[in-house]
Amino acid sequence: MRALTWMGKNHVEVHTVPDPKILNTRDAIVKISSTAICGSDLHIYDGFIPTMRKGDILGHEFMGEVVETGSAVTTLKVGDRVVVPFPIACGHCGACERGLTSVCENSNPNAGIAETLWGHSPCGIFGYSHLLGGYPGGQAEYARVPFADVGPFKIEDGIPDEQVLFLSDILPTGYMGADMCEITPGDVVAVWGAGPVGQFAIASARMLGAERVIAIDRFAYRLQMAQDKAGATEVINYAEVPVLDTLNELTAGRGPDACIDAVGLESHIDVSPLHAYDRTKQMLFAESDRPHALREAIMACANGGVISVIGVYGGMVDKFPIGSFMNRSLRMRAGQCHVHRYMAPLMQRIRAGDIDPSFVITHRMTLDDAPRGYQMFRDKEDNCEKIVLSP
Amino acid sequence: MENSKGTRRLVEGLGLFSLGLGSAQLVAPGAMNRLVGAHDDAKTRAMQRWLGGLREVALGVGIESHRRPALWLWTRVAGDVMDLSALAAVLATRGGRPDVRRRAAIAMAAVAGVTVADVVAALRLSSISGNGQGRGAINARGWITVNRPVEEVFAYWQNLENLPRFMTHLQSVQSMSDGRSRWRAAGPAGVEIEWEAEISDQRINELIAWHSIGDASVTNRGEVEFSPAPGGRGTEIRVRLSYDTPAGKLGATIAKLFGEAPDQQLRDDLRRFKQVLETGEVVRSEGSPEGTKTRRQLFQRPAQPVST
Repeated sequence: MRALTWMGKNHVEVHTVPDPKILNTRDAIVKISSTAICGSDLHIYDGFIPTMRKGDILGHEFMGEVVETGSAVTTLKVGDRVVVPFPIACGHCGACERGLTSVCENSNPNAGIAETLWGHSPCGIFGYSHLLGGYPGGQAEYARVPFADVGPFKIEDGIPDEQVLFLSDILPTGYMGADMCEITPGDVVAVWGAGPVGQFAIASARMLGAERVIAIDRFAYRLQMAQDKAGATEVINYAEVPVLDTLNELTAGRGPDACIDAVGLESHIDVSPLHAYDRTKQMLFAESDRPHALREAIMACANGGVISVIGVYGGMVDKFPIGSFMNRSLRMRAGQCHVHRYMAPLMQRIRAGDIDPSFVITHRMTLDDAPRGYQMFRDKEDNCEKIVLSP
Repeated sequence: MENSKGTRRLVEGLGLFSLGLGSAQLVAPGAMNRLVGAHDDAKTRAMQRWLGGLREVALGVGIESHRRPALWLWTRVAGDVMDLSALAAVLATRGGRPDVRRRAAIAMAAVAGVTVADVVAALRLSSISGNGQGRGAINARGWITVNRPVEEVFAYWQNLENLPRFMTHLQSVQSMSDGRSRWRAAGPAGVEIEWEAEISDQRINELIAWHSIGDASVTNRGEVEFSPAPGGRGTEIRVRLSYDTPAGKLGATIAKLFGEAPDQQLRDDLRRFKQVLETGEVVRSEGSPEGTKTRRQLFQRPAQPVST
């Protein structure tokens, strides 16, 4: 089959690789109809995710048709149309039973590596390094889906791929970002990053009753989308105005009640000594993650407020404003999304017309064009927000 | 005890020394060249930086990681010998300027001093790591929480024939009469090791202990404790294994079975045990098609479908 493989930093290629096979009795093989490039794939592309190997197939947002099932899969049959959640989860461990599927205790065969780096291991993830299991991803014609009796979400009618594909990751991820804010009436929520996950965090914060949602980014087209499509009430272009000052003005000095970091480890600030410091430390491997958005979110947040981290981090950060965090009674919630528990309720939201997630799509390509897509998405060329690939 | 504390301090110091020296060589190879009296050009700088600096930093990290420090220290000794010969070459250069020769001599004396410290630390560590259990006893400890009732977890382990399903070094365990069992392990290069064991202690849903009997060439024992995890979180398991490895080829084979990280291997075994009980089987990815395996964690296949 054809698949997009990681060949090194800033280098991906489409290659012919073996077709996937059933390895466990609870597996299914899915013929992929739609797949997407995620912002977190860019962290891999840019070389910030450790334990990648040349030839690894990328991609963790995909859907398609079941073409084969393992002997223990009784809930799916050949021909079923499914969206596959990006966290691989067994459904039976303590974490899965509590609904925390992204920290499934059984799905990462390389948990030993993760324990060395992080103390304990989270779940395995499709196409996201050997640290997270060494599973081939879904930017391919076919994928093996482990624990197929637990993960894949059946789509029974003819609703188009583009409206349900993002149930695999970015819609629930954005939604969980807002969910973790425990929004109460009157709350002001600020969202750092107006990429696809940020857009869905904004839309979700509105759905969950936030009074105002402020989007922060440096690309005008993304802020435009946040305002026109996702429902942001205000936007801040941090390349033009000082963020903290503006947030204080907008909230009359209180600060946002909840701050969502939808940026992660490669955050950016224009021409600043601190940015230069972080980039330098990152290059010297003295700091793995650049946490500018996170630092700013903490400083901005209202006393007693929530920091909700859905942007991806990988290792260590520097200059974490713990004093601000501790003395002002802030709370932090974080996590890779527990996609499984959000799929059904979000599907209802889609059917009810509360949200049409396809608004983030700006580009459609074939799988063969994916390398060009990665470069466009990274460089924000042609107002690129979200690329959907068809194998 | 005092002695082992002193050794630890010495080892720590040598690790830090490696890190410091290595950093200096990496960052300022030219200055280091001049300091030791070596001719300073692009080639010697490259040697200073990569052969010297990178090596020292790697060793420093290795020693400070506290994993097999003796091995790292012996590697340091090898590095010292390399440095000494490089400095001897500087000293032997005909017509060298006196100040250059003086610097090289001082550097050589310093390296010789460090070499002594390295050898002492390595020797002391090598003698400590045997843990006093015969020649190179292999001890491993591991633990895991399994989200199943203690009765079920205990029953699964009590049937010793289940062990090879998740303990990769075991090929088979065959139950015999009166609590005895025959164990077979597969060593590297097709070597098979066999022994008989008996249950030495057993308390239902609490403990199973066993040890090898007769003239087992490999004396070994194991113990697993079971207890209910609080708040309905399943069962807590704590395992201790111990193998006395005899001298010679057999000992080496057994040592290889467990590789360099017996604790890690046991914990991987327990992870598979948990997978089998909670999900029904050992979980496989294309990068680790055999499931959790220490060696595979170091040498991953690409995350691509496995070809037949």
